[in-house]
Amino acid sequence: MSQSLKQPNRLKEGGRIDRARRLSFTYNGKTYQGHAGDTLASALLANGVDVVNRSFKYSRPRGIVAAGAEEPNALVQLGSNEAAQVPNVRATQQALFDGLVARSTNGWPNVQRDAMSLVGKLGGRFMPPGFYYKTFMAPASMWMTYEKFIRKGAGLGRSPMERDPDSYDHLNQHCDLLVIGAGPAGLAAALTAARAGARVILCDEQEELGGSLLDSRELLDDRPAAQWAEQAVAELAECANVTLLPRTTANGYHDHHFVTLHERRTEHLGETAPTVDGVRSTRSRMHRVRAGQVLLATGAHERPLVYAGNDVPGNLVAGAVSTYIRRYGVVPGNRLVLSVSNDHAYRAALDWDEAGREVVAIVDARRHPDGELVEQARARGIRIIEGSAVIEAKGDKRVSGARVATIDAEAFTVTGQAETLACDTIASSGGYSPVIHLASHTGARPTWNEEILGFVPSLVKGVHAAGSARGVHDLAGGLADGMAKAREALTALGRSADAIELPRADVIREGQACALYQVPHEKPTLRAPKQFVDLQNDVTAAAIELATREGFESIEHVKRYTAMGFGTDQGKLGNINGMAIAARCLGKSIPEVGTTVFRPNYTPVTFGAIVGRHCRDLFDPERYTALHQWHVEHGAEFEDVGQWKRPWYFPRTVDGKKESMDEAVARECLAVREKVGILDASTLGKIDIQGPDAREFLGRIYTNKWAKLAPGRARYGLMCKDDGMLMDDGTTSCLAENHFLMTTTTGGAAGVMEWLELWHQTEWPELDVTFTSVTDQWATMTVTGPEARKLLGEITDIDLDRDAFKFMDWREGKVADVPARVFRISFTGELAYEINVQANYAMHVWKTLFEHGEKYGLTPYGTETMHVLRAEKGFIIAGQDTDGSVTPEDLGMQWAIGYDKPNSWVGKRALSRPDTRRTDRKQLVGLRPKDPSVVLEEGAQIVFDPDHAIPMPMVGHVTSSYYSPTLKSGFALAVVKGGHQRMGETVYLPMVDGKTHAAEIVGTIFVDPKGERQNV
Amino acid sequence: MFLIYCPYCEEHREEEEFHPKGQAHIARPADPEACSDEEWGDYLFFRDNPRGIHHELWVHAVGCRKFFNITRNTVSYEILETYRMGEQPRFTAEYPEGKPAEKKSAAAKEVAQQEGVKA
Repeated sequence: MSQSLKQPNRLKEGGRIDRARRLSFTYNGKTYQGHAGDTLASALLANGVDVVNRSFKYSRPRGIVAAGAEEPNALVQLGSNEAAQVPNVRATQQALFDGLVARSTNGWPNVQRDAMSLVGKLGGRFMPPGFYYKTFMAPASMWMTYEKFIRKGAGLGRSPMERDPDSYDHLNQHCDLLVIGAGPAGLAAALTAARAGARVILCDEQEELGGSLLDSRELLDDRPAAQWAEQAVAELAECANVTLLPRTTANGYHDHHFVTLHERRTEHLGETAPTVDGVRSTRSRMHRVRAGQVLLATGAHERPLVYAGNDVPGNLVAGAVSTYIRRYGVVPGNRLVLSVSNDHAYRAALDWDEAGREVVAIVDARRHPDGELVEQARARGIRIIEGSAVIEAKGDKRVSGARVATIDAEAFTVTGQAETLACDTIASSGGYSPVIHLASHTGARPTWNEEILGFVPSLVKGVHAAGSARGVHDLAGGLADGMAKAREALTALGRSADAIELPRADVIREGQACALYQVPHEKPTLRAPKQFVDLQNDVTAAAIELATREGFESIEHVKRYTAMGFGTDQGKLGNINGMAIAARCLGKSIPEVGTTVFRPNYTPVTFGAIVGRHCRDLFDPERYTALHQWHVEHGAEFEDVGQWKRPWYFPRTVDGKKESMDEAVARECLAVREKVGILDASTLGKIDIQGPDAREFLGRIYTNKWAKLAPGRARYGLMCKDDGMLMDDGTTSCLAENHFLMTTTTGGAAGVMEWLELWHQTEWPELDVTFTSVTDQWATMTVTGPEARKLLGEITDIDLDRDAFKFMDWREGKVADVPARVFRISFTGELAYEINVQANYAMHVWKTLFEHGEKYGLTPYGTETMHVLRAEKGFIIAGQDTDGSVTPEDLGMQWAIGYDKPNSWVGKRALSRPDTRRTDRKQLVGLRPKDPSVVLEEGAQIVFDPDHAIPMPMVGHVTSSYYSPTLKSGFALAVVKGGHQRMGETVYLPMVDGKTHAAEIVGTIFVDPKGERQNV
Repeated sequence: MFLIYCPYCEEHREEEEFHPKGQAHIARPADPEACSDEEWGDYLFFRDNPRGIHHELWVHAVGCRKFFNITRNTVSYEILETYRMGEQPRFTAEYPEGKPAEKKSAAAKEVAQQEGVKA
C-alpha cells in the first residue's frame, strides 16, 4: 500500500483545522494524511486528488465541485469491513477521522483507469435522454435483467451484507421555535428567541455551527465574523432553554410543524460508534420535533455556470474555493480562472490571491462591473475580462485551460474570438439559489424572484424564512432578518421578544448581477462539447434541449425524461440551470416553465437512522398467551396471528425422528375425533358488554335475534357492515339479564371493539351500554372430543350431565379449584367445553387437565388442526372464507338472519339491494377433488369449462383447503358463482404447473352433517 | 403527521393515537327500509372529496376511544377545529373564516384552552 505524507495543496497557515492533530486515512487503497477539522473532501484536495469518481452514464472522470450538501460527484462508499459499509456519503459532509477508509462509489477497476469509459464515450452518442425508457422497456419482462446490469455499471454504491453493529435512537422533541441553519440569520434568530426565554432548538448540518460566517472575509464588530459566531454559540450553549444540534440535518418538513432532524453523533469519530464508560454510543439520532414555529435559515447554494467541459476535475463553484481556502487551509489548485455573473463571487479570487497562488483572470459576464469587490480585485492587479465568460474548459483528468470569449448573454451567442488561458482550476458563479427544500416539503410552491434571480420559498402558516434562504444575501441584512423573523415567530405564538444588539457589519456595495445560466458556445448546444447541468445524473444542456424538441414542455416532464435532479442529488446544483435552459429552448421565462419541487429527504439518510430501535425483537410487539411457556416447552411450532404467537402444531419426536407438519396434524385431528384434544384459544377476542340496553344493542349490531337469549345460554352471531357484507362472527353468551360476553375472531378483536363504539357513539348514543375488552383477562382452553366430558368431570364441580348442561349452554363453577366459566360451544363438531379462567390461573388449570388427561389420550393441538376440524364441519373463518364481498346468504347462513326482527339491524337494508339479490353471486360451497390425494391450492381459480379458450371466465376460488385424516381425502371450501344451485356439478382448477384438477361441488359440511357428535 | 386536539381529552396528541373514519355528518337514514335503492346506495357509497374545507370523523383509538369530528383543509392540511359528536362545525365551506355569531365564544374557548396548557 502506497503512502503519501505530503499535502501539496495545504497552506502553511490559516483555516479552522487542528494542525497539531494529524489523521491518516485511506482512499481507494492509498493512504493519505489530513488534519482534525478536515472533511474527507478537504483532505483529498489537500493531497491533490483530482479524480474522485466516474460519472453515472458517460463514465467521465469527475472531481470535487462544492464544499457542502450540494456536492454531486464526490460520493464515497465508507467502511473498512463489511458490516461498516455506508454507501453514497458525500465526501464534503464526512468529517475526517483517523483510520477512515473510503472508496469512490463509481468506477471499475478504478477511477483513474475506467473500463467503462470507452464504452461510455462511444455509448454517449447512443445514450440520448430517455435512453433507458426507449431501450430497455421492451420486453417488460427483461427489465429486471437490464436493471441489474445498469446498476452494476452505474455503481450507485452498495449496502452492507452483514448486520449493522450500531444502534440508533429516536427522540421526540418539542420547542417554541425550531431554527434550521446556524449561519448569520440562524444565529441571530436563535439569540433573539433564547434571550426572550423561548424554548429553542438550533440545528445545522455542518460539523461546526456558524455557516457562512466560518469562512467569511468580513468583520463583525471589527473582528473576524467567525469569532462572533463562536461567541454567539457559546452564549446559546449556556442557555437552559436552548438545544444546540450540530451535525444535524433537517431532512423533512411534515404536517403541522413536525420536522425530522437526523443527528450524526459518532460519524466524525469512527466508522462504528465508540464505547464510552462501557456503554456503546448510538450512532445517530432522529429527532422528531414538533415545533411551535419553524424558522428556515438554510442559506443558499451557489449555481455553477453551464459551459462546455464544465465537468472536468478542477471545475468548482466559486464559493467552495473560498471555503476550502479559508476554512480548511487548502487551495485546490495553482492557477485560477474565475467566471462570474455577480460581485459576490469575486471573494474566491481575493482569497486565492491571498493564499499566494495565481489568479489568471476573472471573467465577468457583465460589461461594466463596478462593485467594491471588483475594485479590490482591480487594485490588486488581477486581470478582469469584461462582457465575457469561460465558454469551454480544456483538459481530461484535470483542467488544463479555459477558453474565454466575449458573449451576448441575452442573444445567447459568442460575439468574439475565443482566447485560451492556461490554468488548472476554473471556478464559476451564476448566482445564488435559496435553499427552499424544506419549504417545498410543505407543498407550498416557491415563487421566482427576478431581483435575486432565484426561487424564494412560499411559506405556510407558522413557517418563516430568513437571510439567504429568502434571498437576503448580504451579511448585515441576514443578521437583521434573522432577528426580525424570530420576533415575528414568537409574536405568532402569543409571546414577544425584544430586539437584540446585533454586531456591526460593513456594508459592501455590490453591483447588479446579470442572468447567466448556460454559457453560449461557438457551436450550437447539440454539437458543442458536453455542457453539464446535472453532474450526478449526467444530464447535459443538449439533453434538455432535445427533450423540449421531443415535446416535453413542462419542467416536471423534462426532469423525468432526462433524470435531472433525480437520485441523492435532488437537483441542488442543477435544477435552476436546467429550468433556465428549458425556458430558453421553449422561448418562455423560468416561472412560466414551472417551479421546482423537492421532496424529503434533503440528504440521504441511512436505514438505521430511520428505523431507530424498531428492529429485530422490537420491530413489532409480540403477544403471548398465558400458556405460551408450556407450548414452548412442548416443542410447538408457532404461527403469527396478528401480533399473537399461536401454537401451529405440536410435532412429536418418535424414535429420534421429528414428525412433519402433515403427520402431526393428522395425529392431532384423529385424537380429537376419537379421544380428546385441547386447544389454547385465549387469543379469541372477548368483549364484556353491560347495560340495560345491551340486549337491544346486540339485536341491532348482529344479523340474528337476541331478544330471548336467556342467562346461561350462548348463541352464534353474524356481524355485517351496513353494505350487508360479513365482517366478523363469534358466539355471545348471556351472563345476566344486562350482561353479555361477546367473542370475536382473533384478528378482528380490535376492529370489532371500535365498530361497536362507532355505532354506539355516533348512531345510538341513547342506548345505555358499555363495552370493555377482556381478551387478555381471560384465558380460554378448549377441551374437545368424545372423552371431553369424562376428563373435565374429574376436576370440576359443574354438573356436566347432557341434559343439565346442554349444547350452547354456559355454566359457572370451579375447574381445578379455581373459578371458571365453561361454555359448551364447539368449533370442531365434537363434544366440546371452552373453559375460561382468569389468565393467571390458566397454567394451573392446563397442567391439571394434563395430569388427568393422560389416560384419555389428551392431545394438545394447534391452529392447523383447528382449521382442518372446523373446515370439515363447514365452519367459516371470517377473513379467510370471506373477503368483505360475501353476504350471510352467500354463505348459506339464512338461518342466522333475522329478517323479521322489529329493528333494522346493521346490514339488513343492503341485503335487499339488486346486487345482493343476484342469483349468480359467488356462494360458499364444498369441493371434493375427484382425486382424493389432491389437496387443492388455497386461492386457486375455478372454471366451469377447462377447454375454454384463454382467458377462461373465472367463476370463483378456493378459500380453505386441507387433507382430512377422517375422510382420507383432500377437501375444500370455495366460493363459486351460483354455487348453491350447482350441487353435484364438476368444476375445474387449472394450475400454474399446467395440471388441471377436477372437483365436485358438494355441501359445506363434510363430517357429521346432522351435528350428532357435538350434541351428546 | 398531524397534531390533533382531542375535544374529549382536551389535549393535542400525535396522529398515531387516532384513526380516521371517513367523512363526518353522514346521517344514517332513520328508516332504512323506507329508502329507495338509490338513496341507500348514496348513503353507503358516495362521499365528498372537496378541495379545501372538509369535515372528517376520527376516533381517539388508543386514547379515550371517543369519536369526534375534525374540520380540515385538504389543501394545507391545517386543522381548523375539532368538535364533539353532536356539535356543529364553526368553519365550513360557506364560512371558511368561521361562522360570525360563534366567533367570539370560540375565541374565548381558545384562550381558556391555552391557559389550560400553560397551567
